[in-house]
Amino acid sequence: MKDLYLIFRNLTRKPLRLFLTLFATFIAFMIFGTLTAFQEAFDSGVDLAADDRLVVVNKINFTQPLPISYVARVSALEDVDAVTHLNWFGGYYQEPKNQMAMFAVDAENFLKVYDELIITDEERTAWLANRQGLIAGKAIAERFGWKKGQRIPVNSNIFSQRDGRTDWDFDVVAIYTGAETQTDTNSVYFHYPYFNETQSFGGNFIGFMGVRTTTPDLNESVIKQIDEMFVNSPAETETVPEKAFNKAFIEQIGNLGLILTSVVLAAFFVILVIVGNSMVLSIRERTGEIGVMKTLGFTSMRIFRMVLAESMLLALIGGSLGIVAAIGMVGLANQAPFQLPPLIVGGSLWGKALAYMLLLGLITGIVPAVSALRMNIITALSRN
Amino acid sequence: MTQDILFDLKGVSKKFVKGKETITVFENLDMSIARGDFLAIMGPSGSGKTTLLNLLGGVDQPTSGQITFDGGRVDTLSENQLAAWRANNIGFIFQFYNLMPMLNASRNVELPLLLTRLGSKQRKKNVATALELVGLSDRAKHSPREMSGGQQQRVAIARALVSDPKLLLCDEPTGDLDRETADEILGMLQLLNEKHGKTIIMVTHDPAAAKYARRTLHLDKGKFVEKELAA
Repeated sequence: MKDLYLIFRNLTRKPLRLFLTLFATFIAFMIFGTLTAFQEAFDSGVDLAADDRLVVVNKINFTQPLPISYVARVSALEDVDAVTHLNWFGGYYQEPKNQMAMFAVDAENFLKVYDELIITDEERTAWLANRQGLIAGKAIAERFGWKKGQRIPVNSNIFSQRDGRTDWDFDVVAIYTGAETQTDTNSVYFHYPYFNETQSFGGNFIGFMGVRTTTPDLNESVIKQIDEMFVNSPAETETVPEKAFNKAFIEQIGNLGLILTSVVLAAFFVILVIVGNSMVLSIRERTGEIGVMKTLGFTSMRIFRMVLAESMLLALIGGSLGIVAAIGMVGLANQAPFQLPPLIVGGSLWGKALAYMLLLGLITGIVPAVSALRMNIITALSRN
Repeated sequence: MTQDILFDLKGVSKKFVKGKETITVFENLDMSIARGDFLAIMGPSGSGKTTLLNLLGGVDQPTSGQITFDGGRVDTLSENQLAAWRANNIGFIFQFYNLMPMLNASRNVELPLLLTRLGSKQRKKNVATALELVGLSDRAKHSPREMSGGQQQRVAIARALVSDPKLLLCDEPTGDLDRETADEILGMLQLLNEKHGKTIIMVTHDPAAAKYARRTLHLDKGKFVEKELAA
């Protein structure tokens, strides 16, 4: 029988209290795990953005269009490697609730600028050859059960065809995957010419441009050149690095980081009070037993370590169960019928969670452990 | 015949400070306990019995004076040294058994062995021997709440014996038991003293219990007032 056995027996001596304390810790870490997965997913939009990629939008608002003629002028700049343009299509599949991030793009350049979307050379050739072809991300294809080669109808809640229809027919020519685990595969891309020639709102406008520079060091210079090129025109531009664009886009929802951190902190504070109180009570009830153990020859430091280990173990068990539950929640969220960035409970989240578990165990255990350390044998036995 | 002295107290004083008042429990107390003795210490409440037992058990230190055990000074040991000394030399038996409620009988008995370097196999063997000695081999897996007071006290005796200490310190070991069970426990202590040579010091209020000892010392207001041999 080692100390671990004594710690375990002490921990399990009151099953109801153990269950409630574990449950409280479990809930806190499940909230932490799930919300952090969300936060990391949103942050990944910023983190995974390419350093050498810029976004050019209308200076009034990014929902305002730009003339397509801008693409050629930006492409002509010396330090620009590739330019593509994207139009938000407002597409949905079968029912309006099945909204998608769907863009009409300049296919050839699009794959150069957004090279983190992985398709084979054959698929690339097939897409370029098929005017009605679209490429769909793995996540959205799984969501709707799309297969390569399938013909699908997609409606737009913004655009209509010249004959009044709001549905377009597409061929799924490729299901793309992401270069990174957290690369978004919830989007759909199709040919701009198909969009431009069939929609009824007039033509030759684009939503925004994606620009790849020859090196990130030249970003500032390219930004300046682009915006100066269109100054005092009817559609002035605002060019920003993609990271900044994504960050600003996410911040439209609010300060997500602050909201998530506040919720997690509140959960941890409650848990700190509950578990801390439970540990203090538990050790107070054992005053006599601690006195007996010291009398038998257990040193104060050994008992200190055992009490601290008990609270650590409690936090580790409850916390780990919470993170496992968070993995389940995240798995469910990833299958939910609404679009979310890929949610992952990865190594860094486990690392953070482990650090918080140990911290929680330390904070909740230190007071009773010190009290056990200082406990005088005679006083302890007289309270028995 | 020269006696083999196990415990020797010389000029031991113990004072407690309570607010502005200093309470003297002992003043210049001298006492010797021979190896193999079975000593009962009796006295009224507040006479200093428990304080004396605490000093002898190394859970408290004297204000002044010398305590020597088996030739070595105890009163100069640090807290950690005292803990090790207690683990190596003293077996404690309490009035209310003080078993760990979450451990079964054999795990309770094993507790002092966790302070030794014995391996798991040897510990289990020693536990089995100790439980057999107190006649509780068949209750090894029972928890304290599944046992009677007498059985719990026998487990406590097994726990006190398992590491083969030189001295057993008993604080009112039968104070919570009925007469019949008390006699059973006292008989067991007597056997341990006579057959196994264990030195035993027992604090008790009960003259019937004291009769099991080889000798009895009466303590009153911090002084031994009478010394007599048990019948």
